[in-house]
Amino acid sequence: MNAPIRKLGMLIAFLFTTLLVSTTIIQGFQAKSINARPDNRRTLLSTYSADRGAILVNSTPIAVSEETDNQYQRIRRYPEGPTYAAVTGYFSFLFGAGGGLERAENPLLNGRSDRLFYRRLSDVFAGQRPSGANIETTIVPAAQRAAVQGLGTNRGAAIALDPRTGAILAMATSPTYDPNVLASHDMAAVEEAWKQLNADTSKPMLNRALAETYPPGSTFKLVTAAAALSTGDYDMESELDAPRVLDLPQTSVDLPNFGGRECDPSGKQTMIEALRISCNTAFASLGLDLGEDVLRNQAARFGIGDALRVPMTVARSSFPDELDPPSLAQSAIGQRDVRMTPLQVAMVSAAIANRGIVMQPFLVRTVLGNDLSVIEETQPQQLSEAVTPDVASQLSLMMQRVVESGTGQPAQIPGVAVAGKTGTAEVGGDARGHAWFTGFAPAGDPQVAVAVIIENQGDNQSVSGGGRVAGPIAKAIMEAVLGS
Amino acid sequence: MISVASLTPRRGRNVELLLLVIAVGIVVLAYANVEVAARGELPANLLAQTLGLLAIAGTFHLVLRWRASYADPLLLPIVTLLNGLGLVMLHRIDIARGNEFSSGLALRQLTWSALAVGIAIAVLVVLRDHRLLRRYTYSAGLAAVVLLLMPLLPFIGREEFGARIWIRVGSFTFQPGEVAKIALAIFFAGYLVSARDALSVSGKKVLGLILPRAKDLGPILVAWVLSLGILVFQRDLGSSLLFFGLFIAMLYVATERVSWIAIGLALLGVGAYFAYGTFAHLQTRVHLWLDPFAPGQSDQVAKGLMGLAAGGLVGTGLGRGRPTETYVVESDFIFTAFGEELGLIGLFAMILLYALLVQRGLRAAVGVRDGFGKLLATGLAFSIALQCFVVIGGLTRVIPLTGLTTPFLSAGGSSLLANWTIVALLLRISDQARRPLDETPPKVSAEPTEMVRAS
Repeated sequence: MNAPIRKLGMLIAFLFTTLLVSTTIIQGFQAKSINARPDNRRTLLSTYSADRGAILVNSTPIAVSEETDNQYQRIRRYPEGPTYAAVTGYFSFLFGAGGGLERAENPLLNGRSDRLFYRRLSDVFAGQRPSGANIETTIVPAAQRAAVQGLGTNRGAAIALDPRTGAILAMATSPTYDPNVLASHDMAAVEEAWKQLNADTSKPMLNRALAETYPPGSTFKLVTAAAALSTGDYDMESELDAPRVLDLPQTSVDLPNFGGRECDPSGKQTMIEALRISCNTAFASLGLDLGEDVLRNQAARFGIGDALRVPMTVARSSFPDELDPPSLAQSAIGQRDVRMTPLQVAMVSAAIANRGIVMQPFLVRTVLGNDLSVIEETQPQQLSEAVTPDVASQLSLMMQRVVESGTGQPAQIPGVAVAGKTGTAEVGGDARGHAWFTGFAPAGDPQVAVAVIIENQGDNQSVSGGGRVAGPIAKAIMEAVLGS
Repeated sequence: MISVASLTPRRGRNVELLLLVIAVGIVVLAYANVEVAARGELPANLLAQTLGLLAIAGTFHLVLRWRASYADPLLLPIVTLLNGLGLVMLHRIDIARGNEFSSGLALRQLTWSALAVGIAIAVLVVLRDHRLLRRYTYSAGLAAVVLLLMPLLPFIGREEFGARIWIRVGSFTFQPGEVAKIALAIFFAGYLVSARDALSVSGKKVLGLILPRAKDLGPILVAWVLSLGILVFQRDLGSSLLFFGLFIAMLYVATERVSWIAIGLALLGVGAYFAYGTFAHLQTRVHLWLDPFAPGQSDQVAKGLMGLAAGGLVGTGLGRGRPTETYVVESDFIFTAFGEELGLIGLFAMILLYALLVQRGLRAAVGVRDGFGKLLATGLAFSIALQCFVVIGGLTRVIPLTGLTTPFLSAGGSSLLANWTIVALLLRISDQARRPLDETPPKVSAEPTEMVRAS
């Protein structure tokens, strides 16, 4: 019987070989695709439970992972959730990393970024699980709180930059949401909250400061003025045509001033005076004189049309193409199809404050290891030269006049020279326009540039509407930065 | 010319002792690994536990020195290692589920292991010669039938996970099919060694294959009908396959006729065809086999595959994976837990351990001199091999998944008792196989040193 036993042994050897092959196929060759399956809970859990780095403001965490006893091992906490939601975004087991730095810097936070390669390597040799990097933001807490409080229950956004570096000092959007709700381990509640947040017509998860573009309204007059001054044919005392109503060429439509009032009885006005009272007809006719290309080039030099990442992707601001004269006149005062993000509006003020130089805006100051050693430090980067220092100083003087005695008076700070420009962007129909304020302070030594927009709160009949609604918020943010 | 020769044949007991110490060492290392991963420190009573394991293994070893001193030296270390690793994994699953040790799977399994080792020792002590079992051929057959029928009885029979293969008395549950496996192997060996001459008489020759006589088809048909009965009434595809496969393999070894294998496979095919058409749960299993990730069906195979995939080549490390994501990971799916935490490398090692175990069993079958012993050892070894293939093959999509325990690893007392008894029988048979013809060992004790002979 030994011969058949040996043959049976061969059969058994074959069976075991089959098992070796099948396990090799699964663990060796199919493992990657099985692990990548969206329904693979192990992958979800291990991604979720990785030692995720914290997001810090002045070394205080605004997003931090804490250990838990349940299967998820860690939970993400946002100590001041709604205040910093625009900065942090959320990190949810069900919906992953979204909005804000959680998503934009996900590879750094979860430790899988190639930028952490050498650190990971040492972790592997030390037998440690690679841990995520911490991210120190550029946010100034007092300014952030001022922005959030200022926006209140209105829809809108506020953003503050350091004009010298491009660092984002405050970034708020309203309405906001509490990312803790999405980070919860109560999955039913998370799903319900997610549904509500997405169904909400006020779009609480939209970062209006970066991801929404608005007509800039009269704040765009800064760009038009910059374009004029840069030609060398104008200075701030140059007289502009400022009729009560501008007869738009080629149409029967006229372009009036707010409330149909005249800017100056003489029908002529200096540029500084036109900016002070935000005269529409003066800048519209200036735009017509300058022409479409000059305006567009100036807009581009301020960064309008550039793709920006801060590191969140910023919606592209735009100046329209192929304008007929009436559209050109309206575009010159920031209406028609001109679209800018609040960040871009702030960048215009910041460039004027920074002697004409546009700095790349950024939100991440340093990337820190889990031992708080610095892995990366953001170096301020120059994006472009928008205007010459001379033009910038003229624009600055004109903007100071706006706040001293013009439409921007609500943004005055006692003892500080503030430069600013208001705006009320018409949105068409009878809907109330958006109220804008942008500016910087102190005018002599600029440390902060801001842009604030409140949706549908401008007064279409009053030229000072934008200043009255958005000005105080901008003032509070600038004060907070200067006071800190 | 003078040569020096030892008169003591190699028994291999010292090798066995060394391997046992290594096996226990690996188990203790794995246990420490789990504890460090889960709690960050070594268990306080590690030394006591190590000594305890060594004591159990050492006792068995001493019994072998006493009662089966020529037994194969690899069998005991292999099963000690497998059983120990199973314990470690169950302990690890307990930790993942938050079970206390006192109420966990590991303590139960440890108790059963000790009991199973005790029974295996008893078998070795009581059964001095495996040929005694031949006297109980038909009793064993009867016992197998009774054991297989027990789960179908009212009151004590129980159905779990759709299979009616359990009995329950009080809080005590048992899977009689596991023990029936041994009884069947004894019965088949006893029956076939008597009937082999008749069964190997040639009949017609068809397509180059010498078929047996038609009147000798009786036994295989009976085995086939019984297997189908298990499938139909107990819904237990795994046991059904195991028993029929066992019979065919032993029939082939007894008669040396390949035609029996052909007939067996043909019958299996016919049975599978009709069963597939009749039973929805078999169709489900086939669908799960072909496309485990298809939506709208059970994801139990998929979860097991995800566990294996999570392990990859080197595994997550013991205590660092998520084996409890897989359903019934403590029994049918325990192999995927090892795959997850020890990786492909670990699974290779474990599959090779099983292969080595089976190979040592077959070697005993080849070495032993009586036909009954050959058939019994072959049957027992083959049952382990087939069970491994059916379970692991089911988990890794070689064949549709059927419910069977993984020998020595899965939680469950019946499986442990049965498999340790199989090992005891294999040890006994291997002792006979390796023992010199002169049954009584040469009297060396009178000689102070090795005897020097002139040749």
